[in-house]
Amino acid sequence: MAQVIGCVNTSHVPSIGRAIAHGLQKDPYWSPFFNGFPPIHEWLEEVKPDAVVVFYNDHGLNFFLDKMPTFAIGAAPQYVNEDEGWGTPKFPPFESDLDLSWQLINYLVDHDFDMTICQEMMVDHAFALPLKMLFPNQEKCPIPTVPISINTVLYPYPSARRCAQLGKAVGDAIRAWDSDKKVLIVGTGGLSHQLEGERAGHLNKKFDLQFMDSLMQEDPNWITQFTSEDIIEEVGTAGLEIIMWIAARSALKGPVTEIHRNYHIPISNTAAGTQAFAPAKKSV
Amino acid sequence: MKRIIPGTYLLSGENTGEGYALNKMCFSFNSETSRKAFTRNQEAYCRKYGLSEKQIRAILDRDLIGLQRTGGNIYYLGKYAGLLGLDVQDWGAMQTGKSKTDFTAMLYAAGAA
Repeated sequence: MAQVIGCVNTSHVPSIGRAIAHGLQKDPYWSPFFNGFPPIHEWLEEVKPDAVVVFYNDHGLNFFLDKMPTFAIGAAPQYVNEDEGWGTPKFPPFESDLDLSWQLINYLVDHDFDMTICQEMMVDHAFALPLKMLFPNQEKCPIPTVPISINTVLYPYPSARRCAQLGKAVGDAIRAWDSDKKVLIVGTGGLSHQLEGERAGHLNKKFDLQFMDSLMQEDPNWITQFTSEDIIEEVGTAGLEIIMWIAARSALKGPVTEIHRNYHIPISNTAAGTQAFAPAKKSV
Repeated sequence: MKRIIPGTYLLSGENTGEGYALNKMCFSFNSETSRKAFTRNQEAYCRKYGLSEKQIRAILDRDLIGLQRTGGNIYYLGKYAGLLGLDVQDWGAMQTGKSKTDFTAMLYAAGAA
């Protein structure tokens, strides 16, 4: 059966794209963020994932308000990154893994998750940047992908509790897949930040760090006690993106080992976090 | 019922109707052709999308708070702000009434806390 070999959660601030385009990774402003990745690169070299499932939120590239799915999953021949209006360079198209997409779709719908199925799907910075950060030296993402988009644009948003359930079901679907593939899970966004309103610039280091600590527990569900509004109050409107983190982390079963973590304020207006986990090795 | 969080503008059933045309216009800025058309004549472009007079005024005045009070959502407004060449510290400064230096200092202070 297929395996979930681990999960990486990381921020997806658009200006990271500009920093990459201009080669600013070692710049004093940017290095506290980019320095969080080399230990994760070493781990990826070791575990060699064959495919990646990415939980992210679309920021008005693929979805508009005319049709706003709460949970959408890709089953397209490829996923194209397009102009989001800011002139940042486009990434080459991302390959798909249709067998994995349909394994997930069939399993999820069979287990009461009413997914929107997308056979054409553009992917924005929230999908593209984290993959670039995980595979920085490759022209294009070297492994096939499955995008899962979660609505954070139009209230009501799915709860952290529901996102955790979805993530767990994605993990179970992979573990039930008749394949020898090793699958990586990625959750993108957060941590605390708010771009809008008079409350712009709101950050909450204490809550962020408590959240990161909670994900190290075998039961990562501390965040699920909070409603969307509670989370927004604590970590800002865009900080709600931490629901991608709990979805991704929930795909892992049993105790976990933290491969690496990094936390830095500010990158742009954001508390930038990166945290990677693998299932704990069974003791002999 | 959506909770009121001061200084925060969630898009919901209460305001998404009012904001729809404005957000749709901003969504069009994904395309270079649309950005150019807007830049050529901002007011005419707003009218083509059917924005309200209040929204047109807020667009012409670069009034980000006014746009949010009339249903504009930051994910779409971000494309408008980007088109104007503003970065997110500029938006932060504009919305909080701080200078950009003070706004940025506030971010660093939150990191040092």
